[in-house]
Amino acid sequence: MDSSKNKQDGLSVSERIEKNKQSNSSTAFVEKLVPKLLLMCATLSVLVTIGILYTLLSETFTFFSEVSVIEFFTSTHWNPWRDSYGILSLISGTLLITVTAMIIAIPLGVASAIFLSEYASDKVRRFLKPILEVLAGIPTVVYGFFALTFVTPMLEKIIPGLSFFNALSAGIVVGIMIVPMVASLTEDAMGAVPNVLREGAMALGATRLETTIKVVIPAALSGIIASFALAISRAIGETMIVAIAAGATPKFSFDPTQSIQTMTGYIVQVSTGDVSYGSTIYYSIYAVGTTLFVFTLIMNLLAQYISRRFREEY
Amino acid sequence: MADTKSSVFNVKDLNLWYGDNQALYDINMDIKENDVTAIIGPSGCGKSTYVKTLNRMVETVPVVKTSGEIEYRGKNIFDKNYLVEDLRTKVGMVFQKPNPFPKSIYENIVYGPKIHGIKDKKTLDQIVEKSLKGAALWDEVKDRLHENAYGLSGGQQQRVCIARCLAIEPDVILMDEPTSALDPISTLKVEELIQELKKDYSIVIVTHNMQQAARISDKTAFFLSGELVEYTDTNTLFSTPSDKRTEDYITGRFG
Repeated sequence: MDSSKNKQDGLSVSERIEKNKQSNSSTAFVEKLVPKLLLMCATLSVLVTIGILYTLLSETFTFFSEVSVIEFFTSTHWNPWRDSYGILSLISGTLLITVTAMIIAIPLGVASAIFLSEYASDKVRRFLKPILEVLAGIPTVVYGFFALTFVTPMLEKIIPGLSFFNALSAGIVVGIMIVPMVASLTEDAMGAVPNVLREGAMALGATRLETTIKVVIPAALSGIIASFALAISRAIGETMIVAIAAGATPKFSFDPTQSIQTMTGYIVQVSTGDVSYGSTIYYSIYAVGTTLFVFTLIMNLLAQYISRRFREEY
Repeated sequence: MADTKSSVFNVKDLNLWYGDNQALYDINMDIKENDVTAIIGPSGCGKSTYVKTLNRMVETVPVVKTSGEIEYRGKNIFDKNYLVEDLRTKVGMVFQKPNPFPKSIYENIVYGPKIHGIKDKKTLDQIVEKSLKGAALWDEVKDRLHENAYGLSGGQQQRVCIARCLAIEPDVILMDEPTSALDPISTLKVEELIQELKKDYSIVIVTHNMQQAARISDKTAFFLSGELVEYTDTNTLFSTPSDKRTEDYITGRFG
């Protein structure tokens, strides 16, 4: 009875498998082809990276054949239209934005992570985490206008003498943009701490806060610090918000109420303006880009190093 | 005899649910001072749940509901005004799997005293030495107090956890299968240690191992499917159990 069910076209299952195998002579070929295609995809991204690096570096060398390296890294005046290239002005602008952003992002991000990981019930966590992550999906242009048309007018009421384009407003909004990233990565790190450690602390009469601060955070520290480093590198590279809200006045200053220019802001200004190809100004954006690249690379390497070095084994 | 001792815990009509599943049914039990009280029973009988209720650690599971009373030294621990941190300071716990903090041995021991406000270095040093001696670990680790506790063997880690518990001078120590993850020699050391500790502490120990219960405890409670079947002197329970189910279990007919 059963065997008759399995028969179709008068063939048993094993006979049909046999038959299919013979007709599918292409299977072996596909199996060989797939890894090669996958390898090509992987290679492509490596090649693109190399290509970008090559362009950056070769144009940077051209720039430094026209401008002295020493002036570039030590002068505090940046006015390419008058042939003064002192990148410290742009670096100070970038630092101003980054520091302001971190002052906002680290406390808010860590506090959200602590709440999500240690206090929130599963229900609340499942509701809040996606909302937090929506923040990460908002286009940075929108953040830029939020800074310009909402945060700046609000700050103007508190701080007299605030210029319309200023580092403070842009920095705060960059910080807000980064909060979900810090919160999410920190929450992952804290969530990876085994529950038995929390139980160990609570069984000694520790409150939830004492358990969090003295056991969970130290155990998750490497992941938390790595999230800071990644956040810093994100703030350094942030472009749209600062281009819109921070102004375009390169200035070696650490006063956040003034208009400044960041490295990214300068690159945008030049690439969207009418600068002729082959001019020193044109090449200067590559030199700035390389400096920027080195900054973010260092932060990323630091993040990797820290997460290896400070791992508390559990 | 044992009845002249005063009660540490007085459990009255304790019921416990995980969501809709009832895990403990009408438990009534007196736990006496300076006794080693063993809790035995097959897997899933509620014995771990029961000891975790004694220091309310069971409440870390959000869906737990209880009814009835547990009096610790005459006060109901489920009372609204009862601070759970106070309870856990007096009723310490050692877990099934050693769970030292990923810190140095020294930091592990002083964690409890520090959160309870003891800060000066000299006192802390004394506490570390006393606790490690109390946990029979001092001679093995005195030269490497500042090394990570995870570099120790499983048995040593478990004794670090016991020392960590002793450091805040609790009244009762709850042990949830403390030797189930240890080799026989480490197990023997922990058992010897329990014999020492009972002079100063009341101990409640959950164990899978009936020989262990017979070796180390004064009283034994047999749990089955969330019910307390029999609770009496260890010698009586293992020689002349009064309940058929206890007899079946200890003679190895099930479980």
